[in-house]
Amino acid sequence: MRGDQANRLNNGGLIDRSTPLNFRFDGKTFSGFKGDTLASALVANGVKLVGRSFKYHRPRGILTAGSEEPNALVELRSGARREPNTKATTAELYEGLEAASQNRWPSLNFDVMSVNQLFAPIFVAGFYYKTFMWPAKFWETIYEPAIRRAAGLGRAAGVSDPDHYDKAWAHCDVAIAGSGPAGLAAALAAGRSGARVILCEEDFVLGGRLLADGDTIDGLPASEWVARAVAELEAMPDVRIMTRTTLFGVYDGGTYGAIERVNDHLPVPPEHQVRQRLWRIVAKRCVVAAGAIERPIVFAGNDTPGVMMASAMRSYINRYAAAPARRIALFTNNEDGWRTAETAIAAGLQVAAVIDARPDVSPAHRSLASKGGFSVLHGAVAGVDGGKGGIRKISVSLSGGARAEVEADGLAVSGGWNPAVGLTSYHRGRPKWRDDIAAFVPDGAPPGMVAAGAANGAFGLGACLREGFEAGAAAARDAGRSGSIGSMPVADDEAFSLTPLWHVAGKGKAFVDQQHDVTASDVELAQREGFESVEHLKRYTTLGMATDQGKTSNVAGLAIMAAVSGKSIPETGTTIYRPPYVPVAIGAFAGHHRDENFHATRLTPSHHWAAEQGAIFVDTGLWKRAQWYPRAGEKDWLESVTREVKAVRSGVGFCDVSTLGKIDVHGPDAGAFLDRVYINAFSSLAVGKARYGLMLREDGIVYDDGTTSRLAEDHYFLTTTTAKAGLVMQHLEFCRQVLFPELDVQLTSVSDQWAQFSIAGPKTRDLLKEVVDPGEDLSNEGFPFMGAREVALRGGLKARLFRISFSGEMAFEISVPARYGEAMARNLMIAGKPLGITPYGTEALGVMRIEKGHVAGPELNGTTTAGDLGLGKMMSTKKDFIGRVMAGREALTASNRQVVVGIKPTDKARRLRSGAHIIPKGETPGPDNDQGYITSVCFSPVLDQWIGLGLVERGRERIGEIVRAHDPLRGEDYDVELCNSVFYDPDGGRQRG
Amino acid sequence: MRIVCPFCGERELGEFTYLGDAKPQRPAADAGEDAVYDYVYLRDNIAGVMSEHWYHGGGCRAWLKVTRNTLTHEISAVEPAAGAGAAKVGA
Ligand SMILES: [Zn+2]
Repeated sequence: MRGDQANRLNNGGLIDRSTPLNFRFDGKTFSGFKGDTLASALVANGVKLVGRSFKYHRPRGILTAGSEEPNALVELRSGARREPNTKATTAELYEGLEAASQNRWPSLNFDVMSVNQLFAPIFVAGFYYKTFMWPAKFWETIYEPAIRRAAGLGRAAGVSDPDHYDKAWAHCDVAIAGSGPAGLAAALAAGRSGARVILCEEDFVLGGRLLADGDTIDGLPASEWVARAVAELEAMPDVRIMTRTTLFGVYDGGTYGAIERVNDHLPVPPEHQVRQRLWRIVAKRCVVAAGAIERPIVFAGNDTPGVMMASAMRSYINRYAAAPARRIALFTNNEDGWRTAETAIAAGLQVAAVIDARPDVSPAHRSLASKGGFSVLHGAVAGVDGGKGGIRKISVSLSGGARAEVEADGLAVSGGWNPAVGLTSYHRGRPKWRDDIAAFVPDGAPPGMVAAGAANGAFGLGACLREGFEAGAAAARDAGRSGSIGSMPVADDEAFSLTPLWHVAGKGKAFVDQQHDVTASDVELAQREGFESVEHLKRYTTLGMATDQGKTSNVAGLAIMAAVSGKSIPETGTTIYRPPYVPVAIGAFAGHHRDENFHATRLTPSHHWAAEQGAIFVDTGLWKRAQWYPRAGEKDWLESVTREVKAVRSGVGFCDVSTLGKIDVHGPDAGAFLDRVYINAFSSLAVGKARYGLMLREDGIVYDDGTTSRLAEDHYFLTTTTAKAGLVMQHLEFCRQVLFPELDVQLTSVSDQWAQFSIAGPKTRDLLKEVVDPGEDLSNEGFPFMGAREVALRGGLKARLFRISFSGEMAFEISVPARYGEAMARNLMIAGKPLGITPYGTEALGVMRIEKGHVAGPELNGTTTAGDLGLGKMMSTKKDFIGRVMAGREALTASNRQVVVGIKPTDKARRLRSGAHIIPKGETPGPDNDQGYITSVCFSPVLDQWIGLGLVERGRERIGEIVRAHDPLRGEDYDVELCNSVFYDPDGGRQRG
Repeated sequence: MRIVCPFCGERELGEFTYLGDAKPQRPAADAGEDAVYDYVYLRDNIAGVMSEHWYHGGGCRAWLKVTRNTLTHEISAVEPAAGAGAAKVGA
């Protein structure tokens, strides 16, 4: 390992030599330049060993220069920002970058687990299934922990991510994935047409392969052409260029997922900025110009550090001015690979030899070899001599059968190119095989999507520009844009010649999938054991299942499978492609929806006032509701709640009940409509009156309940439970629009428009007199029980007043426009001070409803009928309503159903717990004699003991019977008495008084 | 997936709620238990083109009848329910 950028070339590259950057890798300090990736900076510093492999802990180096990298994975950053399995090949270098190699102990150079190689036979294909089958209990205690220690990748940070992630939408005519020659040409054509274009490039610089391979376009050096194209695009107001952004998925209706690494290139995102942003891009058309991925040839020792894809070697030399080796051998089966030899010579590096699997090479290359003083060997690389320090010697088996050796410290490999067929295949499109380029090309792309350039199997530069330009123009046209597209960029097409070669037989491990340590012999073994289908091959060997999703390995793997099973490659087929194209952090999918922002928070109109009072809040769906209001000296919630209940029952209290769903029902047919959705009649309700209503589902089970008032002949005000507010609105709209369109009725959700308070207790009228205009008659005659009407308040504000009671006390509910809600709470406190007014929370509300035997959520549990709740008599026989017919089914009217009943412990001091099962006295608890359970419990201040409600078989017929409450969850078992469910004021005199 | 609401225009899936098969018609009040049983419980599960009820709860609150291919998610037609919007049927 050498420091000081000893392998940095003196000239060239797209790096900014005036901006040096220091970074640390495995604790050692190095320097690089702005424009480097972590991988290119490591190359420049002569670091060849960057990691240990997944199963065998073999030393590994950098294989590629892009997002297809299988080996050079690091833990980037430290502490809470430590990000495992980050590709060094795409991680942008920044000042102070910290990275650590993975899966090695105690150090990269000396790794104890590399002994795994000696036990290699147990790690062969299917080892999970074979080795650890028996005995089963050994799996958890011995095998799995051992494997977890031995095999793996990076470590998660283990603490909460301190950074923010964002989600956003974008809309355009044409989305383009990739900014190589095809992508830029597509963007130019579409942009000039006047289309709204989004160009996504995963790299931090535009240009794709042009950045490494140069060439000439429109008579200009490629870099000059790229600069002009980008300048033209940037000047177009409707073209948006997004670098550091990978288009990773395709969804229905022209929706595309993209991940923008907004601030991954900085140590810490600037204040108020996000680390990454997940984009959902809606595009009328999409051009996939994602290029192609150079594919390896599988041979023994092909994972030795120093073996690198030929195109990657050109990237490091040309783009980053970093020499991966001093003396380079090239192993190719195609014309394109030779460009690496040309690049090496141009950079002043030595070419040791070119090993070409084709029978012939062109005269131009032959003369290059003689000028460069290296030999051209016809044959294949059969093995590599080297280790963690890199390659030393390459052994070649020549076409004639003889062997040769080549001394080199770097081996560039080119097996041809595979178009990046991911995006075009995500809707089950199956790529098709093209013999002329020996590669799969896109087929069956989702509607509106087309591949262009190398992604479509057009590998020549001229063809890339042509296809990209034409695809961009067509996409814009399809999107309705017809501006002049100007002239098409022009370049020559390189000669194409390739002799397919996937695997060279030889001694030693030959890796197909380097990230998952799957070898050629694993593929062969899978075939021998019958796992011949590519989907079986994938799962049996784990080929292609690592974080790189087999970008460099899948096609080679199935080519080897095809060879050993005697089939062609297209017959063997490809596995199903699924998004995302690159790993996307879960944090990006979550965006801001985490922790307290996981969902929206709804605050009641009096929330801030309640918070000032020191209220304890409880989450009820999205709402925060005041649960109780503790006072100084109270030792627990029970003491506070008991005080609140006593205060209401003896004086006056109030509670914010604005969370109830509220719906205005208007129209001449409003009453008829309500008759059909409630089991009881509402058309007969007098104006100025309220009525309790119960809704069923169409299957006869109770759906929701609430009080609905008639404010005018054609205007009802309907309330729902808090939990079902949205769903009831949806259900009622279904009834109105789909089931009963002939009714002239309209629904308006007014849940957020009205603040509503329950005011309860014998002194309620005394309080209301101070609040309501003195002209309003609140006497029992002027405003009887279940009355409902608009009233004026002191000061002139109009309010709605309902004489309804959930607590069983003399009570009213008052509604004021929501913006007056907080003022109303404060006003009630002032006006009620002489009366000792007490605000109460949802706990006291719940206690009083259980004392009164009112059913709520635990009883309206989606399995109970109106009859079960004791409300069967409400069911009208004079009209049709939702759920009427099904409610009459035998099982729903059976006499042995579990029905609501009151429950008291026989030992008055005993605490009840909901969930306890009801078992007949003297029987052994079990499913056969389980007769129900306790649904709701509370400590009743009135009765000075715990009471409850339960759903118990034939409960109402068994009042007075002693049964057993069996609670195995809490280890409790005690006797309870079944009793009337109305514990307090059973004749209702208090609420009518 | 994106649905073109006849009232709001093209909107994304998250604004809509799926209910299911739009074919079954609620039987008349006197149709009898068997007819209601069929209506409540018997649903086709079509691999192919299906007429479905969707609710635009994140927009105009219209119930829509969406014709969708369940194999490809291709939507070929979107119609408002008979009583969607302000007008009553036959008014
Ligand atoms: Zn709509």
